[in-house]
Amino acid sequence: MSEENKQETAQVNMANLRGGIEYASQWQLMWARFRKHRVAYASMVLVALLYVVAIFAEFLSPFSPEDPSSRTVYQPPQVLHFDGFKPYVNKFTLTRDPVTLAPTYVKTDEKTYLEFFAKGYEYKMLGIWETNLHLFGPKEQGEKMFLFGSDKLGRDMLSRVIFGARFTLSMGLIGVILSTVLGIALGGVSGYYGGKIDWAIQRLVEFILSLPTIPIWLALASALPRNWPPHLVYISVTVIISLIGWTHLARVIRGKFLAMRGEVFVIAAKLDGCSEARVIFRHMLPSMASHVIAAVTLAIPSMILAETTLSFLGLGLQPPAISWGVLLKDAQKISVISNAPWLFLPGVMVVISVLAMNFFGDGLRDAADPYSH
Amino acid sequence: MLNYIFKRMLSAIPFMFMVSLTVFILIQLPPGDFVDSYAAAAASSGETISPEKMADLRHQFGLDRHILIQYFYWIGGIVTGNFGYSFEWQSPVKDLVGERIGLTLILSVAAMLFTWALALPIGVYSAVKRYSIGDYFFTFVGFIGLAVPNFLLALVMMFIASKYYNQDVTGLFSPEFQSADWSLARVYDLMHHLWIPMIIMGAASSAGLIRILRANLIDQLYMPYVVTARSKGLSEVKLLIKYPVRIALNPFVSSIGWILPNLVSGAVIISIVLNLPTVGPMLYQSLMSQDIYLSGTILLVVCLLTVVGTLLSDILLVILDPRIRLEQ
Repeated sequence: MSEENKQETAQVNMANLRGGIEYASQWQLMWARFRKHRVAYASMVLVALLYVVAIFAEFLSPFSPEDPSSRTVYQPPQVLHFDGFKPYVNKFTLTRDPVTLAPTYVKTDEKTYLEFFAKGYEYKMLGIWETNLHLFGPKEQGEKMFLFGSDKLGRDMLSRVIFGARFTLSMGLIGVILSTVLGIALGGVSGYYGGKIDWAIQRLVEFILSLPTIPIWLALASALPRNWPPHLVYISVTVIISLIGWTHLARVIRGKFLAMRGEVFVIAAKLDGCSEARVIFRHMLPSMASHVIAAVTLAIPSMILAETTLSFLGLGLQPPAISWGVLLKDAQKISVISNAPWLFLPGVMVVISVLAMNFFGDGLRDAADPYSH
Repeated sequence: MLNYIFKRMLSAIPFMFMVSLTVFILIQLPPGDFVDSYAAAAASSGETISPEKMADLRHQFGLDRHILIQYFYWIGGIVTGNFGYSFEWQSPVKDLVGERIGLTLILSVAAMLFTWALALPIGVYSAVKRYSIGDYFFTFVGFIGLAVPNFLLALVMMFIASKYYNQDVTGLFSPEFQSADWSLARVYDLMHHLWIPMIIMGAASSAGLIRILRANLIDQLYMPYVVTARSKGLSEVKLLIKYPVRIALNPFVSSIGWILPNLVSGAVIISIVLNLPTVGPMLYQSLMSQDIYLSGTILLVVCLLTVVGTLLSDILLVILDPRIRLEQ
């Protein structure tokens, strides 16, 4: 234990000095505890990377996700090889069965060389300046390669998975923000005032929690008009998901408010004549911020799973919008996936990101709790 | 205690009213009504339906009346056992959903039992052998179980079964039993098909339950009463089963309340993927075609299942735990 303590003090060497006494703020202590949790730390890096991928999807994707080609339908993934330091993939040639027209691909010895900062399709980086530079791609412009295979229209799955990250991950984030606002407002009112309001809000929370989520989502999502433009669908699906997701957060926040209402510092603030808003926003919320952040992080994965499920059923986002759920919709038929198992790759991405966020959130929660040791 | 049970059951009544109102609002949400989507479907196959015919249909189905009147007609019918008429299937809802609801219930209960059967030994093992390789293994598998969406697990199982075992895992019956009458052979056939959706549904919920059981048991394992019992020479197994496990089991009972909604809800999507003859695919289809009495009945039944689950778990908790009993 003393060894651990020493480590902890060593890690808090960014501690401040005040009047000759070293001290570390709550956040610094939390950060120190969090860093000791290696899996959580690695997961945080992974989550950050995933969001970077989502932001720079155009730059990171070698091809346009909407670029179809009848010559490359359901092409299997090509394996990356190295010729010295030069990365390459072997080309595939397409032959079609004369009777069934089913495509078969044969690996050839011809090579497609890849390079970093390759020129590809035109896009606007961050929506600001135009460029055709991509992190990597085939050396010869116009050549094709499929590291993740291709889909039913011969589009590059890797690029599609990268673009899918943008919709799926941003929806998780926006959904959780909406849920947090609802959760803090209702949970806060419930815990701070108590009494009849508390009773009413708690019954509402219990009611929503006892409803089976997927059938309710289905009913809500099927009410959206089919002909809405993608961005409206995106917003409404996010709202639908967070309408159900806020309840857990509201419970956590209510519990914290209830526990803190009787704390000495809150009573002192009230006796000092602070306004209610000041008591809540200046005194109470900051001291539960770390817990709220941990709970919020743990809520993102369920948002992502919800989006994926809805889109998979065809009730969430609709093509041409690309999300991991929309991509998985193509993997619905057993006849398709038994020939093209790489269509599961978006699902693998869902699992990886949900796992990483769960570990990250767990680590945050442990770090936020001063009594966790 | 009987008093408490009675009160608890009474309090479920306004709850059920709320549920029915929510369901009714939900099925009324889509713009247009069944006649509109019926006309659209007819138009896509080249037929046209005159406005008079549409008004006539609306009148026939009672869709032209005030929404509140429609609600009271609907709920009144349900209370007296009349679940309405499916526009799309042209037959009473009751005949359509009867067997499907039964199968949904069987599937959910089977998945619930599987969840418990899996979670109890693994949870106890993980708590007692904390930080052992086995504990880390189960924790890791549990995390993955929580991260894999239900439908993906179903797809992967389908893929593995067809690719490597050349088996078809969809459906709950072999073709020859599809529409046969109930018989022992049919029940046997059902058992044969039930286990795959059961495992898929149970996997995710047992992952959650294992974590709860493990945490609760660890809290109990270092309590003074455990130390006392051990110092008195009680055998390790007896000690474990008799005291801490019993206390840590509370979440198992209260889990009926939250696992059942999850399972019922998971059953819907797994049934759609695996094409099971439960209410799932029918709910999906009826929502799509705005067959409101059918989708309304299914939604209502599915929600009521979970209300009953919560009720059951509350009552069981009172029976099992004297501390909760005393609070009443």
